[in-house]
Amino acid sequence: MAGMGRAKADGPLKLAVPRGALLGETLDALDAVGIDTSEARGESRSLIFPGQSITLVTMRPSDVPTYVEAGAADVGITGKDVLLEQHDRVVYELLDLGFGRCRMVLAGRVGDERLGEAQRRLGMMRIATKYPRIAERHFERTGRQVEVIEVKGSVELAPLIGLADGIVDLVATGRTLEENDLEVREEILECTARFVANRVAHKLRAREVDGLTAKLRESLGK
Amino acid sequence: MIHPIPPGTRDVLPDEMRELRRLHLALIGVFEGRGYGEVATPAIEYDEVLAQGDGRTADSAYRFFDSSGDLLALRSDMTIPIARLVATRFAGAEMPLRLCYLANAFRAVRPQRGQMREFAQAGVELIGAPAPQGTAEVIEVLAAALDAASLDRAVIGLGDADLYRQLLAEFGVENEARESLLGRLAAHDLVGLEAELSELPGVSDQQVATCIALSQLRGGKEVLDEARSLGGAAVERATARMGETLEELEARGVSERVQIDLGLLRDLGYYSGAILEVYDPALGHVLGGGGRYDGLMKRFGLDLPAAGFALYMERVHVAQIKEESRAGGSP
Repeated sequence: MAGMGRAKADGPLKLAVPRGALLGETLDALDAVGIDTSEARGESRSLIFPGQSITLVTMRPSDVPTYVEAGAADVGITGKDVLLEQHDRVVYELLDLGFGRCRMVLAGRVGDERLGEAQRRLGMMRIATKYPRIAERHFERTGRQVEVIEVKGSVELAPLIGLADGIVDLVATGRTLEENDLEVREEILECTARFVANRVAHKLRAREVDGLTAKLRESLGK
Repeated sequence: MIHPIPPGTRDVLPDEMRELRRLHLALIGVFEGRGYGEVATPAIEYDEVLAQGDGRTADSAYRFFDSSGDLLALRSDMTIPIARLVATRFAGAEMPLRLCYLANAFRAVRPQRGQMREFAQAGVELIGAPAPQGTAEVIEVLAAALDAASLDRAVIGLGDADLYRQLLAEFGVENEARESLLGRLAAHDLVGLEAELSELPGVSDQQVATCIALSQLRGGKEVLDEARSLGGAAVERATARMGETLEELEARGVSERVQIDLGLLRDLGYYSGAILEVYDPALGHVLGGGGRYDGLMKRFGLDLPAAGFALYMERVHVAQIKEESRAGGSP
């Protein structure tokens, strides 16, 4: 095949696997397409799990676009929330994997009108979030002025002790919100896990990337 | 004493400079050897002159007023300055005109991405030679440049900039909706593309599937047939253009380096017809790109077909080093 003769692949395809909430379903999805994930499921503290045709590299979900953009990983799986928050990373989004479904929401304290009150009397809400860019874009699009405060840890804390009037955060079941006396005020968007590829790997390892995409698509019943 | 420089800029010290210089000489040697004369243009130009080339790309990250109140800009590539130069200095010259350059250009950077504000590009511009011969000549020079840089595994992606614009027009998708979809295609956001296209009134599931399938076709000559089987006048025209270029390349013996890629779309506004990208398996980033811009010269008052490419020198150097260490030793 023209063009492909020169590009000899360097070893097995490297797949960035997100640790954390998406890990279980990611490994299930990989099992379903015949990738051996037993090592990655074990108690091992290793971060890299070499395989015959695919090497699994485990990392924080928010690091997946970084590694894939640079080509350190050829392909990867991460949440749409991460991709949106880092939307200037150049990665090819090839497939919606459908699992890991959760909602990005604006939440405030139950029965507390501080959000509306701040908007009316101060012209501005203070919003704490781990997703400052998604939050900024949402309020910009809906024509409201906000002060977005980026926090790294439990964002639920912010409205409870007066750092912010509300929060923008990812909600799966809503239990964390409930336990902290918070409630959803607005839905911003829905997120699922996505299969992404490095731009150069997508071109030069086309057969492997396409093969894996097709198998994933098939096993998802799409 | 440590004196800082702006992020995205850097000093080059002798060890690196020696290697870069060797690379520069090798590339300029290839260009000159094929009749491309080297030119230099000022790094600073009038903003309104650059903006004539393309509103988007000439939207320089660095603009400032000089002491007489003129708005100046740092160039973001060499194609537009050379179009300006050709229109001004070579209006009556015999065509085709072959020019090459090695120059620094300037772009905005996002913090902490390892992106360069100032970077060196080496490339050629072939003015007045239409497709397919002109395109094939440029690809041949590019292939020779990659050989001269010892990037034996590098691949040249060949796509068509007009394909999706025309395909979407065929689907009855125009204006903002089309620009938004072209943006998704350029970013290769297939999930978003599929969702957005499916929502448009009058676009059938079949058409959505065609668009997605086309964007995934890449490989040798056979993908042109696969594309044709998906049907439509836009596909027919684009594959015919690519087929002609490929025939020229086969005649010149450089088709082996070329990957036909129907999903290739560059976001630079001035491309028309063939578009090129350069990849090396050792590097996750694109090494360079180019293509045809048959409408660009006209914007400077000289209606001539044109094509060219630019290689990012720092990336080519990184790829060289990685390829050397992969081969297991120094050259």
